[in-house]
Amino acid sequence: MASKTIHAIYNDDDLLLHAVKQVREARYHIGEIYTPFPVHGLDKAVGEAPTRLAIASFLYGITGLSVAVLMMNFMMVQDWPQDIGGKPSFSFITNMPSFVPIMFELTVFFAAHLMVITFYMRSRLAPFKKAENPDPRTTDDMFLMEIDATNHNVEDLSKFLYDTGAAEIKLIDNK
Amino acid sequence: MYTLSSKLKLTAIILVIVGAIGLVYGFISTPSNEEELKELLAADAHGEHGGEEHHEASATTEQHGETADVAHDESVEQHGETAHGEGEHGDSHMEHVLHQFQTKPWSALFVSAFFFFMIALGALVFYAIQYVAQAGWSPVLFRVIEGVTNYLLPGSIIVVLIVIFAGTHFYPWQNHELVEEDVILQGKSGYLNFPFFVIRAIIYLIGWNVYRFIATRNSIAQATASNLTPYKKNFKASVFFLLFFVITETTMAWDWFMSMTPHWYSTLFAWYVFASVFVSAITVIALVTMFLKKAGHLEFVNDSHLHDLAKFMFAFSVFWTYLWFGQFLLIWYANIPEEVTYFIIRIEEYNLLFFGMIALNFIFPILMLINSDYKRIPWFVIMAGVVILVGHYIDIFLLVMPSTVGPYWSFGITEIAGILFFLGLFIFFVGTGLGKESLYPKGNPFLKESENYHY
Repeated sequence: MASKTIHAIYNDDDLLLHAVKQVREARYHIGEIYTPFPVHGLDKAVGEAPTRLAIASFLYGITGLSVAVLMMNFMMVQDWPQDIGGKPSFSFITNMPSFVPIMFELTVFFAAHLMVITFYMRSRLAPFKKAENPDPRTTDDMFLMEIDATNHNVEDLSKFLYDTGAAEIKLIDNK
Repeated sequence: MYTLSSKLKLTAIILVIVGAIGLVYGFISTPSNEEELKELLAADAHGEHGGEEHHEASATTEQHGETADVAHDESVEQHGETAHGEGEHGDSHMEHVLHQFQTKPWSALFVSAFFFFMIALGALVFYAIQYVAQAGWSPVLFRVIEGVTNYLLPGSIIVVLIVIFAGTHFYPWQNHELVEEDVILQGKSGYLNFPFFVIRAIIYLIGWNVYRFIATRNSIAQATASNLTPYKKNFKASVFFLLFFVITETTMAWDWFMSMTPHWYSTLFAWYVFASVFVSAITVIALVTMFLKKAGHLEFVNDSHLHDLAKFMFAFSVFWTYLWFGQFLLIWYANIPEEVTYFIIRIEEYNLLFFGMIALNFIFPILMLINSDYKRIPWFVIMAGVVILVGHYIDIFLLVMPSTVGPYWSFGITEIAGILFFLGLFIFFVGTGLGKESLYPKGNPFLKESENYHY
């Protein structure tokens, strides 16, 4: 089924924020918004669910800590407990302070890197990925709002968007 | 306008009276001669602590054994016994134990006095930093912080009096006989001598209180001023105070805490003490803010301000742990005899407190305050704050007790009385300080931004 979307282009982030609020009040469906820089409060205005990246990062950090503990417990205490400079490798706890720097670094390493990789996967970012930019000007100074127009009167919707302050309104026919 | 309610005032006065009675009891009940001490130890040995006593005795003997070789034993440093002839060992040992028992009420008094004083001092530093950093979020809290620092004057006077009058109870380098026999202490006597010690203490006292006086006076003057002159004066005063504070806090930690074990030294010790001072102060600022907000005196404070305070609590708990561990790891790893005595006594005689403190000051806050949403829930922050304060009381306890009373520590009537006495005093002075001025810091150039602060 052929769908139609409308691209409304704004040239000011304040205008965009107000427009988003009006569009949501009027119960139109916002598909995607393209901005050249982060607009403070836009995610809340659009009604995006808060990110769970921090929770993921916390769990990755615990994973990193466990890896460090298991690794050093095996290597330094179980596999070959040598006397190195009189350090007490009798059990993990007796030699624990010397492991702490590694435990800390691995926690941070896992938390940071795995979180970044999670971010790339969730936002589908990769080298050689084809850019999904509907209008190159949105990387410079324009703000673009995509609105689903399939089941709406294009005329009314355009008028509405024009009143919210859109500088340009384009109808896109997806076939 | 906040007024200290009569109920709270009465509670504070009762705490002070009960605490004072307990402290007097603590000073009276210490053994005054060796016969009384023997009776006390015998009574203890029959009780449930029999096993412990035996352990303590053997630990002390071990340390005496090492002394001959290393000549760096702490307990020896403190009690003027440089040589331990086998024959006289029994006598000198009792003398040494008696001295530690007599030091117990002094130490209990000092731990609580310093704990509450450092909250006021840390709050003052936080205040100065907010001024110098021109922070946009915190001006709504300035009157609260000024209220907390109202305890600085009585608190600092009491602490300075204690360190001046404690004498050889805390500071073995004040014992002339000991210094005559000790080359290391003679080498340090250019810095560690009584007149200079007193002069330094008085310089700290005056410097800190003068800044507090100037800062609050200007802050109040700004409320009615037609230009920003008082604010600019405060900015300058805060810059100089912070410079002064960094130096005096360092020497204060050397003077009042590190010189309890004058053969031992650590370079990051002063920063470590500062971390404890700072995190406790921020915690108390957060607790007082929540109390006043709940009572309806701070409509202009929102949960973003609370969130910021909780972030500071979290971050400085981690900072404290970093310094604690930085000091511990380096000494543990190198294991040089003259450095490691400091931790040996803490691990052997104070094991649960020493490691329990890490759980209270690090693991608990890090798990409770890591979540952004929890930092906005008052009862959650209060819970974490109480844990942090208990943890840092133990921290001060462990700075003082092992160095002064060694293995003969206890947590009993005297220690609790000390806490109650200074808690009462703290509530009274902070409460009256908060009641002096309107809690709304009118005239501050960042006030508007601070009121609309939203994270």
